[in-house]
Amino acid sequence: MSNLPGYRRALTGTQPEYLHPAYVSSRKRAPAQPLVYLPHTLSEITGPVFAPETVNVKACDLTRQHSGEPLGERIIVSGRVLDEDGKPVRKTLVEVWQANAAGRYRHKVDQHQAPLDANFSGHGYALTDSEGRYRFITVRPGAYPWGNHHNAWRPAHVHFSVFGPAFATRLVTQMYFPGDPLLPFDPIYNCTADESARQQLISAFDWESTIPGHALGYKFDIILNGREATPMEK
Amino acid sequence: MTLRATTSQTVGPFFSIGLERLNRAGLAGPGIAGERVTIEGRVLDADGVGVPDAIIELWQANSYGKYAHPEDPQDKPMEAAFQGYGRIPTDEDGKFRFATVKPGAVPGPDGKLQAPHIAVSVFMRGLLRRLVTRIYFPDEPGNAGDFALSLVAPERRQTLIARKTPGTDELLKWDVIMQGPGETVFFDC
Ligand SMILES: [Fe+2]
Repeated sequence: MSNLPGYRRALTGTQPEYLHPAYVSSRKRAPAQPLVYLPHTLSEITGPVFAPETVNVKACDLTRQHSGEPLGERIIVSGRVLDEDGKPVRKTLVEVWQANAAGRYRHKVDQHQAPLDANFSGHGYALTDSEGRYRFITVRPGAYPWGNHHNAWRPAHVHFSVFGPAFATRLVTQMYFPGDPLLPFDPIYNCTADESARQQLISAFDWESTIPGHALGYKFDIILNGREATPMEK
Repeated sequence: MTLRATTSQTVGPFFSIGLERLNRAGLAGPGIAGERVTIEGRVLDADGVGVPDAIIELWQANSYGKYAHPEDPQDKPMEAAFQGYGRIPTDEDGKFRFATVKPGAVPGPDGKLQAPHIAVSVFMRGLLRRLVTRIYFPDEPGNAGDFALSLVAPERRQTLIARKTPGTDELLKWDVIMQGPGETVFFDC
């Protein structure tokens, strides 16, 4: 029992600090006390397993969840979920949500004066395949204003939630688009100190997944914590 | 190691759009063995104000102390209908409530059994990265020597132990205090 390997921890600077004063909402919601280091036990190296669900095309095609097509630029967002050793994370649940092409969320709290789209809900999910791959068809989300500071705008992004193989690998993040001029000014994107860790959140334009005459492809790989060496390998 | 784990970002205020499909406040259906418990509480910010846009996720063993996961090596009964997963958003006052069975004890790395506990992930707008904590149970003799509780300063351990409600054994209270007096212990996980 005691020799089940745990998962690796983040290198300094590659994950956000909880308190990031430029992101105003973090000031009253970030813990003040240091976290208590918890060696991984059976409770952390296990985690929720989601049975392969009935294949539901509409869950990963956000452009076909209504009677008509949503407005906006159709895109393909695809990639792989891998661990830090490059091994595919198979049959893991990936959940996404996003604003519509006008930068408006279908949510009662979103007061942005941009139109809702009756043909766009803005959510989807998929299980990765045996190579760790996922693929969503959607529309490119719009940038939207928010109240963090004067003239604050979120760069276009898609929210991602991934479980991975264990409680210890749970990740919620956001995917951005290459060349977005708002990125340098966004306190959420910039909350992570390490520049290359930030850049890992920016998808890459991808010819291979681009569908001629239909949709541009963006590639976004998600890397989850790798496994510690087993005691025998040490 | 060739790659580096993707950095975390906040769930933001609109997570219900993508996450509510798998909300689950009832973890144990009618046929599941074990002692039934309901746990309720609030998520509170530094001013003691309820956080209306938080979501907690739960992970627990069944009442025999077995996780529904392929890496649990224990020879204990599995229950096909018990996944051990919960997901509960807070309401406008920061309240949450869920019903489950009390988990059995699972082994710890020191070779001893850990006291019964539920692993908890906390997400909210304003939180750039998941926070991890645990819910333990009151009047549990195993709490005294528990592996994870022993890592915590004695005066802060009570933030991890649910409180009894007068007049009932079934309802427990447990709050998540983000910052300030009584701040909940969060783990680097
Ligand atoms: Fe967003």
